[in-house]
Amino acid sequence: MWESLKEFCSWFFVTGDPLIYGAMVSIALTMVAIVFVLTKYKKWGWLWREWLTTVDHKRIGIMYLIASLLMLFRGGVDALMMRVQLAFPNLEFLHSDHYNAIFTTHGTIMILFMAMPMMFGLFNMVVPLQLGARDVAYPFLNAVSFWLFMFGAMLFNLSFVIGGSPDAGWLSYPPLSQNDFSPGPGQNFWIWGIQISGIGSLATGINFIVTILKMRAPGMKLMKMPMFSWSVFSSCTMIILAFPILTVTIALLYLDRFAGAHFFTMDGGGNPMMYLNLIWMWGHPEVYIVVVPAFGIFSEVVATFAKKKLFGYTSMVAAVMGIAILSFFTWAHHFFTMGTSANVIAFFAITTMLIAIPTGVKIFNWLFTMYRGKISFKQPMMWTIAFIPCFVVGGATGVMLSVAPADYQYHNSYFLIAHFHQVLIGGVVFGYLAGIYYWWPKLFGFKLDEKLGAWGFWLWNIGFYVCFMPQYALGFMGMTRRYYTYGWDLGWEPLNLVSTVGAFLMGAGFVFQVWQITYSIKHGERDTTGDPWNGRTLEWSIPSPAPFYNFAVVPQVKDMDDFWRVKEEKANGTYKEEPVHLEPIHMPKNSGLPFIMSVCWFIAGFGFVWEWTWMAIIGMVGVALVMWARSFQYDTDYYVPVDEVRRTEASLGRVY
Amino acid sequence: MQQVANNHEHGHAHDHEHGHEEHEQLKVLGFWIFLVTDCILFGSLFATYAVLMHSYAGGPTGKELFELPGVIASTFILLTSSFTSGLAILAMNKGKVKELIGWLVVTALLGLSFIGLEISEFTHLVHEGATISTSAFWSAFFTLVGTHGVHVSVGLFWMVAIMLQLRRRGLTPVTRRKVTTLSLYWHFLDVVWIFLFTVVYLMGVM
Repeated sequence: MWESLKEFCSWFFVTGDPLIYGAMVSIALTMVAIVFVLTKYKKWGWLWREWLTTVDHKRIGIMYLIASLLMLFRGGVDALMMRVQLAFPNLEFLHSDHYNAIFTTHGTIMILFMAMPMMFGLFNMVVPLQLGARDVAYPFLNAVSFWLFMFGAMLFNLSFVIGGSPDAGWLSYPPLSQNDFSPGPGQNFWIWGIQISGIGSLATGINFIVTILKMRAPGMKLMKMPMFSWSVFSSCTMIILAFPILTVTIALLYLDRFAGAHFFTMDGGGNPMMYLNLIWMWGHPEVYIVVVPAFGIFSEVVATFAKKKLFGYTSMVAAVMGIAILSFFTWAHHFFTMGTSANVIAFFAITTMLIAIPTGVKIFNWLFTMYRGKISFKQPMMWTIAFIPCFVVGGATGVMLSVAPADYQYHNSYFLIAHFHQVLIGGVVFGYLAGIYYWWPKLFGFKLDEKLGAWGFWLWNIGFYVCFMPQYALGFMGMTRRYYTYGWDLGWEPLNLVSTVGAFLMGAGFVFQVWQITYSIKHGERDTTGDPWNGRTLEWSIPSPAPFYNFAVVPQVKDMDDFWRVKEEKANGTYKEEPVHLEPIHMPKNSGLPFIMSVCWFIAGFGFVWEWTWMAIIGMVGVALVMWARSFQYDTDYYVPVDEVRRTEASLGRVY
Repeated sequence: MQQVANNHEHGHAHDHEHGHEEHEQLKVLGFWIFLVTDCILFGSLFATYAVLMHSYAGGPTGKELFELPGVIASTFILLTSSFTSGLAILAMNKGKVKELIGWLVVTALLGLSFIGLEISEFTHLVHEGATISTSAFWSAFFTLVGTHGVHVSVGLFWMVAIMLQLRRRGLTPVTRRKVTTLSLYWHFLDVVWIFLFTVVYLMGVM
């Protein structure tokens, strides 16, 4: 008995590496601490009622935000470990297997479990408020999406201590990701972590499309809708068209591994290059899925802090929607070296260059919005201003990569690494941080401290250039991605060392931001007006933090930037006070089913990962039962009485 | 005063009903968008099949093993079930719950026999030595046809749930919406099958 238990543990848990033993101990201690605190302060009921069962988009947004910051930490630690390993030639900080696992999880986590949830967090925190809506179109489904993401992410991260991390690159190319070369559950963790959270992403895409099309306040025509909501619409359009391809692709990969199918195998007529085509048909739109909402954030921030109407609104709308279409016609530029015909390569090279045009249009729009504006350099604006030069350089190196003959030189070199980090950090991360700083007071009722934020800002920015500029040069010097070490004779050591220093500066910036958040919870400037930045759009017209029903009275929209119009009219005395008439508010009831269903998915996923069919069946039966139960639930909503609305508003300082 | 209060109450009840119906419409729109995503899902599988449709790797071909009579029978069964689900909608529009449930039962039975035929076809193929691991062609075949079959089975499961709810609650805005989305789903699967029949079976034996 004891022997067989020991035998089981030896392959079930990851063994043999002191770093991982340390991680196991710290995970166990954190879990014990969480359970202890929740029990000691009798918070289990609170956790269940207020958070695990919530369908309120603002709370779901906050949970997305917390989860994504944790993932940013993990992905960041992965990055720092890689940079330590590469700081000097012939280091033995990580052995090659461990290095492979780390660059794989770094990439997967940063895109799918950091950028995506941070983006969904911002969608949830902002879109309904900006549209003048009381919730998203399907609040229950929204909770399902969140919990599917959460349990998918947990399944993926579990691979670190149980079973072994995936190590075939962030997109798991076959044949390397097939059973022959990657036996064991690592690749399966990759497949099922992404598959489960991907279903959630797909549902979120549908949810926000319907929210934007159908839940706008009366009078808000599509062409009067705030730019961020437009960018969300563009992003969600890409989600619903791209994510089903991902679902199919990794399902087929799993069939290859689990059932011995021959989709992407080297034998039996399979075709590994088909995987590359399929995965990038999702993968290329995916990078636009995450970056377009960042463009929306910059548009809001620029208009607010330059105190001017956004320049070229119509061209901006055309640009984000144009990108949504063009993004589906560029995927093959990820493998120009595959060896297709010259015509195919020319087509994809040209579409890739074309996509720079709408992006350029946006850059000019932001610049012209700032032109002759009275700019106030608050934190969101700082990140926006830092974004512009960074993204222009990142975009220009992207155009360099799109020149197919030259790409044969750059392909998979550090030049490419530097390029995509520049657009993803300079575009996505800077954008989301700007958004978080901008909307933070609306969610939490206080601003984040400026001084600590400035430390974070400068460390991130200087660190970024120190880290990635040398990598462009290293690419030209012949350094290829995924090398776990290199020799003294190559002359790469000075630039690699500089790059590592830059990575640590960025890490220090993150530490300052964490400090900033914890400091500001107590000492941050309170927002008593609901409009801390002199904002332009509807979300600033309600108190901060927003009450659970968002708007006591649904606003009547007359113009773009409607809240700005109201403020101006009030200032010059032309504002006509409409008689307010409070009505009972229709709200969805909380439900534990999304959480329970996602637990079932997790069980099923764990079964699939270990190829324990019995466990997968139990999990899937659980999923089916929850869906059945939900179908028979009819009592899913309620009305908030007028008195309660009046009382809540009064407690927030608004009298009706 | 009492009168006014009553009116007020009544007004609200009306509003609530109206609010519900609007919300149900919202769900139908969302379901259409879900069908778009499902279209892409099948599109990806069809594309995969098209790439691998001649990769037999020395194994049996579709031409050798497909038995058209069975497939034609199941095609007619599924097309008929699409027709009967349309009749169910007509019954719903006339407000006849019993007739509606009756047509749904017929639709479900037809769907069930479609699944039965598919299972026997798969068993036959496996006996002939064509499994998912035989060659890339058979991998693509079983995955594409099987995914459609799983969709139909999920539809049957869902149909049973809705029949029970119709019996318990009759026709309300909510049950109406559920029948509407179910029949959208069913017709969609029928359209997919027409493509599947053409691309996989007809082009396979030609």
